Parts: sequence; C-alpha cells; structure tokens
Amino acid sequence: MTVHGDNTPLTAETLQKEILGFLTERIKTDVELDQDLFASGVVSSMFAMQLVVHLEEAYDIAIVGADLKLDNFRTVVGMSSLVLRLKGDTEAAGNA
Amino acid sequence: MTAFEDHRLAIIGAGVMGTNISALALGHGVSVVLVDVDETVLETARQTIKQKLRHAQLMGVLPADRPQGTLTTSVSLDDIADATTVVEAVTEVDKVKQEVLSAASRVVSPGTTLISNTSCIPINEMADWIVRPEDLVGVHFMNPSYMIKMVEVIRGPRTEPAVLEQAVELLTVLGRESLVIDDSAGFVINRLLHPLINTAAMLVQEGVASVEVVDGLLEGCLGHSTGPLRTGDLIGLENLVDSLNVLYERRGDESCRPCDLLLEKVRDGHLGRKTGRGFYDYGKVAS
Repeated sequence: MTVHGDNTPLTAETLQKEILGFLTERIKTDVELDQDLFASGVVSSMFAMQLVVHLEEAYDIAIVGADLKLDNFRTVVGMSSLVLRLKGDTEAAGNA
Repeated sequence: MTAFEDHRLAIIGAGVMGTNISALALGHGVSVVLVDVDETVLETARQTIKQKLRHAQLMGVLPADRPQGTLTTSVSLDDIADATTVVEAVTEVDKVKQEVLSAASRVVSPGTTLISNTSCIPINEMADWIVRPEDLVGVHFMNPSYMIKMVEVIRGPRTEPAVLEQAVELLTVLGRESLVIDDSAGFVINRLLHPLINTAAMLVQEGVASVEVVDGLLEGCLGHSTGPLRTGDLIGLENLVDSLNVLYERRGDESCRPCDLLLEKVRDGHLGRKTGRGFYDYGKVAS
C-alpha cells in the first residue's frame, strides 16, 4: 500500500499529516505531533510493530538495524524525521 | 547458569505459541528446530517469527551480546532427536496432544526435558501418554513470550526434580522468571483468566456493556494492562474455546462453558489478532 502520491514532494508537514491520519483512524484518538504515544498510553507495544510495517509499506522503506528502536516511533515528529531520512538514503543510493 | 550454546530446542506446533517461543529462543541465541505437520504452516511461521524478532528488537527486549540462534523447520518429528529440550505447543485437544507427546517421547533420548505449553490439561494426565512420565514438566509461556518475563511452571506429581530444575535453567537462559506451582486443570493463570474472559464475553452477549466498555472497566478501574476481551483476541478465540472445554469437562464449572458469542466468533472465523478480527478489528495483521 502506498498512501503517498509519487509526484507530490515528501515534506515533514505532509508526512506528519499522513501519519496523524493513520493514527487517528486506527486508534480513534486525536494525538499531538510531539506527544509520546507509548508513555501516554494511547498505543500499546503490540501496536508499535504495526506502525513500523505501515511506514515501510506506505513509504517504500526498510527500517532495520539500529533504526529499529522504539525511540524512533514515540512521536509523529520522530516518525516523519525517520521516514524523511530513510527516503533520502534511498534516493541517494538510487542516484549513485 | 548454563551457556546459551548448550541448549538445542525443538518446538512442536508452529501456531501462535510455537512461533512465540521460537522467537524468544532465537532472540536469546538458542537454536530451534520447529516441527509442524504442514509445510504451508511452517512457511507462514518463518515469516511470523521474523516479524516477532523485529518486534522484540524494536522493544529492546533481546540481549545485545548474543548472536541470533538458527531456525530449522521440518515436517518430520525425527528431527527433534538431537534436542536437549522439547516444547510441545500444539492445539489444546487431548487427542492431538496425546499423539504428539507420545510420538515425541519415543524419538528423544532419556534425559531430554519434555515441556508441554499446555493451557489447561493437567500434567499428570499427559504424563500417562509418554514413555518416561518423570521427564514431563509444564511451562505456560505468555503471549508475546519475548515481552512477558514471567512464566508459570507446573510440577506434575511425577515430574523428576532434576527435570524441573533443567526447565527452570533453560527459562533463565531465555531471560524468563519462573514461578513454580503444583498440578491442577487450568493451573493458576487460566483457571482464573479463562472464566473471566468467558464472563466478559457473556456480558457483551447480554447487552450489558460493549466490548470497549467491559475492557475499559477492567483496565481503568482494576488496573489490568489489557482487558479480558483484548486478551482473548491475543490468545486466539478457538484456542480459548478449546481450553474452556478442557476446564468445563474437568471442573464442571458453568462459568467455563464457552458462551454463544465466543462460539459464534469461532464459527465465523473471527479468531482474534491472528485473523485480523475477533472482539476488535485489527486491520492488517502485523505481528
């Protein structure tokens, strides 16, 4: 599944909006961009893996190695930074 | 404590718990031979275990200083012969467990610890089915096995003390803490938990409260980290019904007779997290 159109530039703002949309749909609760989703108890540790899989599939990235840690998924801002960084890595590799 | 390299685990049954226990062992450096009768089930299990290991890494619950164990899958029970410990994790149905435990006990050498991950069937009943009844011990792993540190260990009346000791030793290597109890249908956890989940489902069936409200009350008022109906979805509702039947047959407790709503969900194939829908809708199954 790709939720992001290929022709639209991927910015932190659009990413955050899309991630918020996914969260709102799945957990039926409004969250803040910088809210710690795990510490505030709005999502469970089981849901954490669903977040990983969703980001991988929606943005065609692989989250592996040291990136696969809970701290990267605590906030919407953190997740969008991770996706932007990994997308940048992918594009850099593709252009090499 | 023995070294993790000293252990070779064989796990029989590649369902929810078989894959959970495999991920726990592999993540702690212990190699696993996972056996099931169906190659398709094993193929799915390999993917599931991979995802569970990723989940465990994500949650930071694996030791950083051990290489991951090697996973071998097989449809032949003969491949468990070299294991130091065998874990039976098949369906909670007497006939199925009897067939598997009996055959497994004939394949392994004396001194191999036989663990049953039974939910409710007493250890002493199962000990009658195997060659050396003293080699059998019950270990009730939780789900997800790599996240929950505590395990319920059941000493049957015929379990050899050295076998119990070996099982606890293995659990220590796997980073688990053991609480040992004596034998009884449903043991401690499921004798308490299963009638609770069944009663929670009855309350929904009677229209007293919604799924979310029943769970919300247990979570919000009693501090349960996961409400009973969400826990049922995690266990798998068909497994829950099998276990309730075992309890009802042995104890005659009406609160253990599976309620209509549970039976209906099982009939409709809404088995919980693993099918994406049970009491709750999980969307795409991710872990």
